[in-house]
Amino acid sequence: MSITEKKPAWVAPVIVRHSSSGMNKFGGVREAQFRNEIAGVSIAELVEKYGSPLFVLSEEHLRQSVRRINRAFSTRYAKVRQAWSYKTNYINAVSAILHQEGCDAEVVSEFEYDKARRLGVPASRIFFNGPHKPRSALAKAVKEGARIHIDHLDELALLEEVANEQGVLEFPVTIRLNFDTGFTENWGRFGFNLENGQAMEAARRIAASPNLKLTGLHNHIGTFITDPRAYTAQVGIMIGFMNSVEAATGCTITTLDIGGGFASRNALQGVYLPPEQITPTAEQYAEAICGALAVGLKNREQNGKPLPELILETGRAVVDEAEWLISSVVANKRLPDGRRAMVIDAGVNILFTAFWYNHEVRPARPVEGIPEDTVLYGPLCMNIDIVRQSVSLPPMKTGDLLSFWPVGAYNNTQWMQFIQLRPAVVLVRQNGQVDVVRRAETLDDVENPEHLPIDLQPNFS
Amino acid sequence: MKNTLLASKRLAISESGFVFDPVSGQSFSVNETGLVILHLAQHEDDLDKLVEQLAEQFDASILEINRDVQDFIYRLKGFLK
Ligand SMILES: Cc1ncc(COP(=O)(O)O)c(C=O)c1O
Repeated sequence: MSITEKKPAWVAPVIVRHSSSGMNKFGGVREAQFRNEIAGVSIAELVEKYGSPLFVLSEEHLRQSVRRINRAFSTRYAKVRQAWSYKTNYINAVSAILHQEGCDAEVVSEFEYDKARRLGVPASRIFFNGPHKPRSALAKAVKEGARIHIDHLDELALLEEVANEQGVLEFPVTIRLNFDTGFTENWGRFGFNLENGQAMEAARRIAASPNLKLTGLHNHIGTFITDPRAYTAQVGIMIGFMNSVEAATGCTITTLDIGGGFASRNALQGVYLPPEQITPTAEQYAEAICGALAVGLKNREQNGKPLPELILETGRAVVDEAEWLISSVVANKRLPDGRRAMVIDAGVNILFTAFWYNHEVRPARPVEGIPEDTVLYGPLCMNIDIVRQSVSLPPMKTGDLLSFWPVGAYNNTQWMQFIQLRPAVVLVRQNGQVDVVRRAETLDDVENPEHLPIDLQPNFS
Repeated sequence: MKNTLLASKRLAISESGFVFDPVSGQSFSVNETGLVILHLAQHEDDLDKLVEQLAEQFDASILEINRDVQDFIYRLKGFLK
């Protein structure tokens, strides 16, 4: 058949109503923005090779992200360390890259502690947070010399006991504080409250113990903090407490750990300004924090005290933008109320952050046609499985690919094996090579821990 | 289906894809395929025949065209009721 005889390709028809708010008649009729590659590698080829859905990490993006935060802080304050918050994404390849970039580890359970140790992180570079550290975990952490952040009085007592058993004297510890910054809701369930005197009381208990020595203060004001002034307030309050606790107990504080919480360029549901407008840059956070340090620590060295090391436990802002999720369109639907819907092969089982983010969603090829508000449903046979309540997408066919971004934070750790197996995670290396850093799960992976008593084996013959 | 196709005869259709419904005062945008369908519907109120005509013009299976056109007409029906 000659080219002139070839019929034009079929594009699904679309009709959209102009709203009274005056969408102009050309407004929607543009080619939707699309993304066909990640770090230079074709999305279509990635899916062909590694399946769908697929998580795709970019080594380049991850390294650039952690370096930028590091640079922003180390050019403004002399002693800064980043401790990688494992729970944000503890795929080994991610943690390993961040450790190569000089990050310590911040863990919140014995499982995470063991994971960091197995990856080769020295205990002295592990910051051990969390409200539940069983005796076995504390014993290990004391023996190996980890940096323990005490969360409550019962833990303080247990830790003292453990140190005493091991004959350890003056084991350096940090206490986690909570207080009101005036900017965010205080996460009062963690650590010792400053305003009601609990924190000072804990410091006195430590000072009275031959086995322990208070050397650090920790606080985490919350997550996705979009106002850097919250950190200015936080640092001011922590320095104030440092001065009082040193005066009251004679201790010397050598680390101030301000936790995590920097926002990524993701769109929180219910926030209508685009993320580019509300997400502060690393430099803005650094300015707010290091500015407060400069003011608060002005006379410290003259007074014979060392400048404390600043510890950052940044999670989300380091990794979120370095990962994408690719998903395929399974079906197009028209809902009874007239809305357009699509079923896709990735659901809230693997994209947990869909509960609070409106991710950027892009087709993987240029798609012509008028975008229409669309509900995106995942593959689970569950009413909660809504990946997006409403997103404007052009007409798409089954098998078409969509990318979701940013998805690097909290998905590869909070995902669940529910109804579906979890897909592979691949890493696009800086040289363009692609490594599978977590293979897709198999039925065996799920069933291996199980045991079926022999008499329960069903017999259908 | 048929009623919606009949109702679509009242629409004022411009070549740029701008569509006006004089009865309800609403206006719409359609893409090129939508435009072709609305034009065909001015003379054809049988869905199957309309789909056949489209299949002659475009490179796609009757099945695919039929599904997409039904979807389009459901959508239109929701607007014109
Ligand atoms: C103690 C602690 N540090 C660090 C983080 C990381 O926070 P983000 O991902 O908001 O930076 C968290 C998260 O909740 C946390 O609880």
